[in-house]
Amino acid sequence: MTTPVLQVKDLRVHFFLDEGLVRAVDGVSFDVHPGQVVGIVGESGCGKSVTMKAILQIVEPPGRIVGGQILFQKDSAPAVDLTRLSPRGAELRAIRGAEIALIPQEPMAAFSPVHSVGEQVIEALRLHERQWRPSGPRLSRGEARSMTVDLFRSVGISMPDERVDAYSWQLSGGLRQRAMIAMALSCRPRLLIADEPTTAIDVTTQAQILNLLRDLQRRHGTAIVFITHDLGVIAQMARYVVVMYLGRVMEQGSVEQIFHAPKHPYTRALLKSIPSVNVAPRTLLPTIAGSIPHPLGRPRGCPFHPRCPDAIHGLCAERVPALRPVGPTQLASCFLYNRDEAVEP
Amino acid sequence: MSGTPWLLEVRRLRKSFAIRRGWNRKVVGVVSAVDDVSFTIREGETLGLVGESGCGKTTTARCILRAIKPTSGEVLFRTADGRVVDLAPLSRRELRPLRPQIQMVFQDPFGSLNPRMTIFDNVGEPLLVNGLRDRRMRLDRVADLLELTGLRPEHMHRFPHAFSGGQRQRIGIARALATEPRLVVADEPVSALDVSVQAQVLNLFLELRTRLHLTLLFVAHDLSVVKHLSDRVAVMYVGQLVELATAEAIFRHPRHPYTAALMRAMPVPDPHAPSGDVALAGEVANPADPPPGCYFHPRCPFVTEVCRTERPPLRAIDAGHLVRCHRAEELALTGVGAEPPRAPGTAW
Amino acid sequence: MSVLAPAVPVTAEDRVSVASNWQLVWWRFRKHRLALVSALVLLVLYVTVLCPDFFSTQDPEATEARLAFIPIQRLHVFDGLRPSPWVPDVAGKRNPTTLRMEWRVDESRKIPVRFFVTGYPYRLLGVVSTRIHLLGASADGRERLHLLGTDRLGRDQWSRLVHGTRTSMTIGLTAVTFSVILGVLLGGISGYYGGPADAVIQRLIELLQSLPTIPIWLALTAALPRDWSPQQVFFAITVILSLVGWTTLGREVRGRFLALREEDFVLAAELAGASQRRIIVRHMVPTFLSHIIATSTLAIPAMIINETSLSFLGLGIRPPAISWGVLLQEAQNIQTVALAPWLLVPGAVVILSVLAFNLVGDGLRDAADPYSQ
Repeated sequence: MTTPVLQVKDLRVHFFLDEGLVRAVDGVSFDVHPGQVVGIVGESGCGKSVTMKAILQIVEPPGRIVGGQILFQKDSAPAVDLTRLSPRGAELRAIRGAEIALIPQEPMAAFSPVHSVGEQVIEALRLHERQWRPSGPRLSRGEARSMTVDLFRSVGISMPDERVDAYSWQLSGGLRQRAMIAMALSCRPRLLIADEPTTAIDVTTQAQILNLLRDLQRRHGTAIVFITHDLGVIAQMARYVVVMYLGRVMEQGSVEQIFHAPKHPYTRALLKSIPSVNVAPRTLLPTIAGSIPHPLGRPRGCPFHPRCPDAIHGLCAERVPALRPVGPTQLASCFLYNRDEAVEP
Repeated sequence: MSGTPWLLEVRRLRKSFAIRRGWNRKVVGVVSAVDDVSFTIREGETLGLVGESGCGKTTTARCILRAIKPTSGEVLFRTADGRVVDLAPLSRRELRPLRPQIQMVFQDPFGSLNPRMTIFDNVGEPLLVNGLRDRRMRLDRVADLLELTGLRPEHMHRFPHAFSGGQRQRIGIARALATEPRLVVADEPVSALDVSVQAQVLNLFLELRTRLHLTLLFVAHDLSVVKHLSDRVAVMYVGQLVELATAEAIFRHPRHPYTAALMRAMPVPDPHAPSGDVALAGEVANPADPPPGCYFHPRCPFVTEVCRTERPPLRAIDAGHLVRCHRAEELALTGVGAEPPRAPGTAW
Repeated sequence: MSVLAPAVPVTAEDRVSVASNWQLVWWRFRKHRLALVSALVLLVLYVTVLCPDFFSTQDPEATEARLAFIPIQRLHVFDGLRPSPWVPDVAGKRNPTTLRMEWRVDESRKIPVRFFVTGYPYRLLGVVSTRIHLLGASADGRERLHLLGTDRLGRDQWSRLVHGTRTSMTIGLTAVTFSVILGVLLGGISGYYGGPADAVIQRLIELLQSLPTIPIWLALTAALPRDWSPQQVFFAITVILSLVGWTTLGREVRGRFLALREEDFVLAAELAGASQRRIIVRHMVPTFLSHIIATSTLAIPAMIINETSLSFLGLGIRPPAISWGVLLQEAQNIQTVALAPWLLVPGAVVILSVLAFNLVGDGLRDAADPYSQ
């Protein structure tokens, strides 16, 4: 078994608001192996974005990592715990961009409007030059530019030598996202974090971008953490899936297990409630009762229990189920499968 | 269904926006957001209007509602007293008495309710503005509407900030139904909601449709949502209608390459489903500078010479099935749902 | 359960959900200690505005040359350990050379301060004729009570200050109110209707903003006829100040209207059939009203300082009317100030009120901040 590139162990991120404490991420653990795509899926308030921010150490106050570890494996060096590094320190800055790259949700907001997209890719190349090119002469302007043009070509941007000088607002949504991917991959990161990369673009362009990501991942062996709320996209992209709800992991396992043999009532209910073209039309969809509670009003015990059709009276409202195996590689936190294993509050 | 009279007929609707440059705001070009769109909606029917960004579906919906004024064309509406009125050229004052008959459900649950007014005020506004001054009667009616949309009537004195996105959307639906409109236009009503909440709101639409015999124009970009609700589906691309047919026909046998591509591009929540390796090339065409001939031709896998030069007309290929494609007869496109439809939740 | 009566809010969540915007703003404002204290200070100041005569000890216009430049008789609250307010007496001596009376504080003699004493007659709130004042020494006038001394004409400064507060604070508030009305009206028309009306109003705003304000004020107030009564002058000053002050607010309001026009709930009101007037008044204005009020509160100190400056230069409120600026006129020359430094106290009051308004305005602005909603 290869060493994972990233090991998230019992991560806890809390937000200390005036109105109260929000446990945005409350004990999340998963591994990402080299070359693997791990999908984190969940609805609003589940904590998937905060998990991503914690990995990159960009959690904004009043949020803070209060517990757990994020172990990142750099080549043959011993794993470093990202939570122990100073968010603005040199060591973490060397990792961000070069070893762990981010594809954010809104490419328009992520690009500076006053620099051309090419300039911004070149900046990333220059900043981390000594990491992807440990020895040799420094990168010249011409070299940097031609590398950028090649990068753009490899992500499918047509007329790359012209597009290098374009500004982000001159490009269409699909092209912007491709440019973003080019920037993310420029320093050959070990791990790519894609935060809802296709939510803001059209479905036909989305199909292209997803294909591109799959292709690049195969070619370079980059591990990807793919965050989304779209179950269809997860089914297409991920090998391993983590289902989150209100800061806790409800279920995780291989994509086949999650989609074809879901164990947790939340996963099952979620899958049933998606309208799909293969489902009989104009019939009522089975829905999850109630609505997602406000983060400040998190229920006692299992966070899902007020909406759960299989809640066990007296148990689910009192204790929080621990994440335990329910199959060879599948884990779920549900008392239906492990009555005795609860989490200490 | 064919005997039912039509409620809305849109004829050759056009809406263009001028592109102005320079200090004297000179017109240098024109964006045809809606380009010669025609369709009808029958009473009690749900028409799904689908397409990607920039296709003109929202602009079409707003022209029908007369939130904006069309550049040309007709929007023929059959009023409650049987008259047929063309809404397109009417002034604000002439439109006012007709407003209660056409209402809208908005996309953004957070911007569509006045944050300074209670739910009672928000939902009761159409009633008050149209003459129902008696407060007791309004209270009763708002209570009925809230119950109808699955909310607790006691909450009507709360403010919007106390409600979640899904609940606010229900309130928006309650408001749209307040004046018992003949036509409801829903502009992407579930796009901004979480997955589990989407299902609840879609179910609500289904129930209301049957119970109130609603006529619904449902605008969306998500085909599976559209399929779930619609009787007929219209597909738009860069301001033009490219296909119009019943939901069954369009999903089983799409006749336009773009429709087929849209279906293939939709990610299916099933890891064993074939992934979209046959994704469409290129980008959505620019409505300010569309390609010559068929707007879709640069991306079409079946393009021929005639497609590059001549604009295809919208024509009937089967009964009730309209397509805008030169090669519609020859192409054998695959749709979705080839296997018999599953009832929801039966996979395990 | 009857829906006609609103359900009684029970939990904290309930209370927040039925809280109108103003309640939320108040709850947030309450958290700012400094702003709350400042609001209290302003409240006290405005209470004196309601009835300055009640708080005065002497008739502010009564001159007596003999009593010129009496120093401050400091108010002591405790006499030994007993709470019994008193002030030291003053003793006067005629200077043999200049033949003027010179006054000194005589700590040995104590004058008790009495409450609700009978003093000079006045009309309470302009209606009820009475002679009761809050503070005073004895009625016969032999015991002198000058909490802030007197000026060169023997006029009691405390009473004058109280009266001056009324004028200055009222002008500030009135001028800003006019500005708000003008700004919302013209800014609203500009933003809602757009087109030629917008162009005209915007050019007007730009014109007014590019005019140098001080020369304009000076010219306008100098043009006021000298024979106008103090009340007329007061009104005219207010109008002049607001005519120039509305432009910034007008721009802001226009921006708000432009943004609000695109909001879905405004479109929903239009689609419901609401008239344009109703949309503006019932739907658009309430959403930014709290912000406007916060901004206006911050504009009041500027108005106060403007009026004070104009009157100080002799171009605004003129004697015998009293305002802070008029009071400070007396402190214009350095000799006078060296002789009677207590004449500068009105300046401290100006600073206090301006500070208080700024703090309250800041607190209001933070509380009404739309981004936190």
